[in-house]
Amino acid sequence: MNEALSAETISITGHGGDEIEAYLARPLESGVFGSVVVIHHMPGYDSQTKEITRKFAAQGYAALMPNLYWRDAPGAAPDDAAAVARAKGGVPDEQLVGDVGGAAEYLRALPAASGKVGVIGYCSGGRQSFLAACSLELDAAVDCYGACVVNPPPEGMPLKVKPVVGLAGNLSCPLLGLFGAEDKFPAPDETAELSKVLDGLGKPHEFHTYENAGHAFFAVNRPAYRVEAANDGWQKIWDFYGRYLAS
Amino acid sequence: MCTYLTETIKITGSGKGADGWFSVSDASVYFDHPVHAMAEHTLNIDFRNPAKGPAARVAVELSAESARGLAQAILLTLDSAPPGMVA
Repeated sequence: MNEALSAETISITGHGGDEIEAYLARPLESGVFGSVVVIHHMPGYDSQTKEITRKFAAQGYAALMPNLYWRDAPGAAPDDAAAVARAKGGVPDEQLVGDVGGAAEYLRALPAASGKVGVIGYCSGGRQSFLAACSLELDAAVDCYGACVVNPPPEGMPLKVKPVVGLAGNLSCPLLGLFGAEDKFPAPDETAELSKVLDGLGKPHEFHTYENAGHAFFAVNRPAYRVEAANDGWQKIWDFYGRYLAS
Repeated sequence: MCTYLTETIKITGSGKGADGWFSVSDASVYFDHPVHAMAEHTLNIDFRNPAKGPAARVAVELSAESARGLAQAILLTLDSAPPGMVA
């Protein structure tokens, strides 16, 4: 693998038939490849998540990140768009599912696509990755420290976000969970509960909880970055997608 | 975690952004991941004018201690203003 890739901004059809912006990265090598939908974190469609999208292409996957805030602030800087989306109450779950579904369809239609599509999300996107995998037919899902999957928001915190563990019976694909032992949201007991629920349903999954790591340990530009957890986490992702998305 | 928790209020005043001064009509206050500050969570304030577009925004990301200090300083300043000056 020579890690050569192309990356570009495109338009895709998302929820409700809306045309939204998306960032596409593809390997340049010939051959058949699997695909990944990348769900950006709450701070938005930013350079760091575009870098993650390119990382998948360098590893041999077509990767597509829909701009979940495009409707609210087309063409705006990522942080400004995130501020607008936040003021409006965030991305509705139904819209998220529609946008990820549109991205998956786009990827399946690419020349040389194997037809297998995975999803990955970080932080708020971790919960959304699980939600998408319970709402769409996908081949592999990765949840990186998504909170509010099992537990409701802390008491007194009037969040609009609702737990989605009740959808677990509809989980359409294997789930990889990557968490930090020092994270409080989700804390290890919440991810253990999710694992227990999935065990009960016979849903294939594997969870890894890293010591000396908290929330957002993959974020290379933040103080939360933990190199050992992140390096091992990436290896877990390559192994997982290699098993379920390889052509 | 992403707390999502956001207080939004209507305000009257002006702010200076990347393109100079503009009137502000809305403020979002939230404790969540910052974009720039080197902390896991900060108290963030967006002074905004949605009518002028997403870029009409003045943003600050403050440590919790700084934010409490700022809030007290604002109230102290208003309370110290000469009688009749503050409506």
